Amino acid sequence: MRGVDANAPSTGDLDAGSRLRGFHEIRILDAEQRIACTPGENLLRAMERLNLHLIPVGCRGGGCGVCRIQVRRGDYATRQMSRVHVSAADEAAGIALACCLMPQGDLEIEVLGSATSNPSAVLKPLQG
Amino acid sequence: MAQSAVIRPGHVCLRVLDLEAAVRHYRDRLGLLEIERDSEGRVYLKGWDEQDWFSVVLREADHPGMDFLGFKVLGADALTRLEADLKAWGCVTERIPAGELRHCGERVRFQLPTGHVVELYAQKDFMGNGLGRVNPDPWLEGIKGMQAQRFDHCLLYGRDIDGNIALLRDVLKFDLTEKVVDGELVVAAFLSCSNKAHDIAFVRHAEDGKFHHASFLLGTWEEVLRAADIIAMHDISLDLGPTRHGITRGRTIYFFDPSGNRNEVFCGDYTWYPDHEPIIWTADQLGRAIFYHDRRLNENFLNVVT
Repeated sequence: MRGVDANAPSTGDLDAGSRLRGFHEIRILDAEQRIACTPGENLLRAMERLNLHLIPVGCRGGGCGVCRIQVRRGDYATRQMSRVHVSAADEAAGIALACCLMPQGDLEIEVLGSATSNPSAVLKPLQG
Repeated sequence: MAQSAVIRPGHVCLRVLDLEAAVRHYRDRLGLLEIERDSEGRVYLKGWDEQDWFSVVLREADHPGMDFLGFKVLGADALTRLEADLKAWGCVTERIPAGELRHCGERVRFQLPTGHVVELYAQKDFMGNGLGRVNPDPWLEGIKGMQAQRFDHCLLYGRDIDGNIALLRDVLKFDLTEKVVDGELVVAAFLSCSNKAHDIAFVRHAEDGKFHHASFLLGTWEEVLRAADIIAMHDISLDLGPTRHGITRGRTIYFFDPSGNRNEVFCGDYTWYPDHEPIIWTADQLGRAIFYHDRRLNENFLNVVT
C-alpha cells in the first residue's frame, strides 16, 4: 500500500449503493466523469469496463507506458511496471501505470501518458 | 530459394516482468513447449513443429522488450564469412561462446543501425518435432492453446531503418519484399531471407531499439479465429483482429503477453522468390495496407511498443 496524503477527504460523488458495495471512486483532474473501481480491480480495467476513454489504453501489462498517471491523492497498490516508464523516483512520487494500479480507496489522479507522445513515422504524414 | 546464407529467424529472447506469468502465457496460451531452464533462470520454449532445441527465450527483467533476435545461418563457414562481411560493412561484432544459450553453438552478435541486437549462429542441437523423419504423422497430439507451429518473425521500431535495410540487403543478402513510402521516405520495410513474405520488418520511429511484436505461425484462418476464442476465454489483452493485412496478405490477430510485449499469430502470406520486385504501399493508402478490412489506421497498433 502506498499513500499520497492518506488523510485527504474522499471526493464523495458515488451513490450510496456503490459505496456499500465497496467501490472506490477515481476522480481525474479536469474530467467530469468518475471511475467506479471494484476492490482488487486495476484502474484501467475499471475504466474500460465502463466504456470510458479518460486514460489512454496500451498493452495493459505494465510494459508500454501509455496509461501513465500521477496520483494526487489516495491509497493504492501497484504490481510490477516497466522501469523504463516508471522509475523508482517516479514511483515514490506517485507516478504509476493505470493498468498496474489497484485503488485502495478513493483517488484523485492526473493523466500523463499518451499513445501519440512518441509516434511512429507511419502516422506522422497523416497527423500533419 | 533465396541466395542468403541466412535461413530463418531461429530465436528471440524477450524480457518479461513476471517470469511464471510469461511462461503460462507462451506455454499454455500460445501452445509453445517448455523445453528447459538454465542457471540464469531463463526459460527456453519452442513451437511444436520446430526441429531445433528452442526458438523463444524468456528472461525476467525490470522492463519488457526484446534482448536479441537470432538468425540461423547455413554452416560454420557461412558464419565466419558473414562475420567478416559485417565487420567490413562497419559493424562491431562479438562472439558469444557456444553453450551460453543452452544447446546453441557460437553466436556472432552485432547491432542494427536502429540499435537492436541481432545474432547469427550456425548450430543448435536437434530436438525434432516428435513426429520422426520416416513415414511421419502430420501433426502432434496434445498441444495446448493456440498450437503455434513455430516462431516466424519480428517487427522492430527505430530511427535509421534505411541503415537496417542496407545492412540486411548488402551484407546478409535479404530481399526487400514490401515497403511503405511517404514520398521518398521509407517509413516501413519488410525483408525476407527465405521464401516467406517477411522474416523481419521495421517501422521508422523516434526512439531506437523498440520492439513491436514477435509473430508465430498458425495453419489456417480457422485457427486464427480459434486463437481469438482463447484470447477471450483467458481474458488476454487484445490489440487487434482477427483481420487481414494488405501488406504480406497475412490473416492475423495481435495481443499482448502479461508484460506488455505484443504477439501475433497469423496464417497465409504468399511465396516470395528472389526474382520478384518489391511491393510498394503509399502513405495515402496506409489504412488498407495495414488493416485491409477496416482501412483505418490504429494509433495503438502503430505506437504502442516495448
